[in-house]
Amino acid sequence: MAQETQNAIQDPIIRVRDITVQFGATRVLDGLNLDVQRGEILGFVGPSGAGKSVLTRTIIGLVPKIAGSIEVFGVDLDSSNTSQRRNVERRWGVLFQQGALFSSLTVRQNIQFPMREYLRVSQRLMDEITMAKLAMVGLKPEVAERFPSELSGGMIKRVALARALSLDPDLVFLDEPTSGLDPIGAGDFDDLVRTLQRTLGLTVFMVTHDLDSLYTACDRIAVLGNGKIIAAGSIADMQASQHPWLRQYFHGKRARAVVT
Amino acid sequence: MSGDPKLERIAKGNALALCATGTWTASFAPVLERMVADAEKLAGSPQSIFIDVSEVAKLDTFGAWLIERLRRTLTQGTVETQIAGLSANYSSLVDEVRRVRATPVIDTTSITITGMLEQIGRAVAGIGGTIASLIDMLGAVLAAGGRVLIHPRSLRLTSTVHHLEQVCWRAVPIIVLITFLIGCIIAQQGIFHFRRFGADIFVVDMLGVLVLREIGVLLVAIMVAGRSGSAYTAELGSMKMREEIDALRTMGFDPIEVLVLPRMLALVLALPILAFLGAMAALYGGGLVAWLYGGVDPEAFLLRLRDAISIDHFIVGIVKAPVMAAVIGIVACVEGLAVQGSAESLGQHTTASVVKGIFFVIVMDGVFAIFFASIGM
Repeated sequence: MAQETQNAIQDPIIRVRDITVQFGATRVLDGLNLDVQRGEILGFVGPSGAGKSVLTRTIIGLVPKIAGSIEVFGVDLDSSNTSQRRNVERRWGVLFQQGALFSSLTVRQNIQFPMREYLRVSQRLMDEITMAKLAMVGLKPEVAERFPSELSGGMIKRVALARALSLDPDLVFLDEPTSGLDPIGAGDFDDLVRTLQRTLGLTVFMVTHDLDSLYTACDRIAVLGNGKIIAAGSIADMQASQHPWLRQYFHGKRARAVVT
Repeated sequence: MSGDPKLERIAKGNALALCATGTWTASFAPVLERMVADAEKLAGSPQSIFIDVSEVAKLDTFGAWLIERLRRTLTQGTVETQIAGLSANYSSLVDEVRRVRATPVIDTTSITITGMLEQIGRAVAGIGGTIASLIDMLGAVLAAGGRVLIHPRSLRLTSTVHHLEQVCWRAVPIIVLITFLIGCIIAQQGIFHFRRFGADIFVVDMLGVLVLREIGVLLVAIMVAGRSGSAYTAELGSMKMREEIDALRTMGFDPIEVLVLPRMLALVLALPILAFLGAMAALYGGGLVAWLYGGVDPEAFLLRLRDAISIDHFIVGIVKAPVMAAVIGIVACVEGLAVQGSAESLGQHTTASVVKGIFFVIVMDGVFAIFFASIGM
């Protein structure tokens, strides 16, 4: 186990090097470097509009970059061929901010969608796995036949997570998973991510604004500012940092309320 | 470390051990499923069976569930089947899966004769519902219009002008182009067939009457239903989906007054203008073809046109335009506000908006034809 951890540190699951992203004349990311280690929960914070979602979307390949390289699972996404890329995409799951559930499919069909596409297994097994996933994200089996428009905000997040986990990925991207949830729901969600990370050995890349999530769920925190990572480390490192934004973020009124 | 998954049967004294080895993950799910189904046939055998998972290299939800499923099937006998050699890493995953209840049977409704009859009945009842909702919307729009007449300041002028630009000004090029081409085609066909009787010149009569009375306004109305009716439905539908209409209501605004009335007004103003421009373009196109293809020079064309048509023909055509616009607008708004939460529903209602819009436009045209014939216009 210790040997494995050692290897993991030398072999990050995501390796981002010098990426630059520009929209028109505004440079959103400017020579950004970031490593995500296997098996960790990385919390990603930064001021609104700093480009947190842009970085996530750039890594997933939804936003084009003008310079730099991205390696996921050791595969360079720019030089990879289609089959390599599909292989990588199969091994990651993405939870979008608004859930992005397919509105014309039921919850069950939403969760089974990736399975149907990638695995040739019987309907029975897919149904059973769907029920297992629903139970894992804390939803009742009755939810399976509902449509996304009949779900509450928290349920949509949970179903979206179940869909992101449907192929048992090694890596999940969560874009503000707890935004719009009540504090209890958000706390449950943090516990859920923790539990899943332990049981499935997930690596989690989590964009968040939620200080509670940072304290309870994340192993490591990276802070984005001016298009670069301005700090990365444990929550203690963040609190000790002298960077003005970090000081405000981790020593502000809300932060103190969380700590005490 | 990893390898193809296997499930070997090893007899250990009185008991039978099922030894799972290799990678039990989603990528091998089809193989795993077959192996487990095979092993499930052992259920009911007198031997005591246990599942040994100590050699499993990698396990995920798929593998854990299949092992759990195997355990459940084998347990149905007298003795409980045990899982042995579970490593600490995976025990929480197996515990998680163990909590899953047996899958509820998802009932799929089969197609029966009663079911089909029921569907037909619902569809027929739906027609009545459509007409009722159209009349409902007409009433609501008229009521909102009445309120605006009493308080003219409450008219959303900016919004009306914006929609007028969208449905009128921006539609001019395509409408003029298409009606011009239709005019050309009518003239060409007319000349081609009338020439056999030496009646070339009557093509002008046909063109004038057809374009001003019927084709001009009907064609333009159909194009507007396809172009602007669908846009209205999609706009209102996506606003409905994202609860924007509910937001308006809670702020004390009437969605009919804020959203529907400006769109209706814009359409009712736009269609006569477009129909006029379309008729002119069609006459121009027809005249051009008559000159270049039929040898009717422009002067003769105009003289003949003046004889052939009267202002009545033009009035008959243009009077229909605002009514058709109102029909298109009401259908589009009713459909837009009927959109439910899904993308599929938005698509269905947009389609329905265009189909019903065109249908009602043609029905209205027929009604007008009967009316004008009976008053002798």
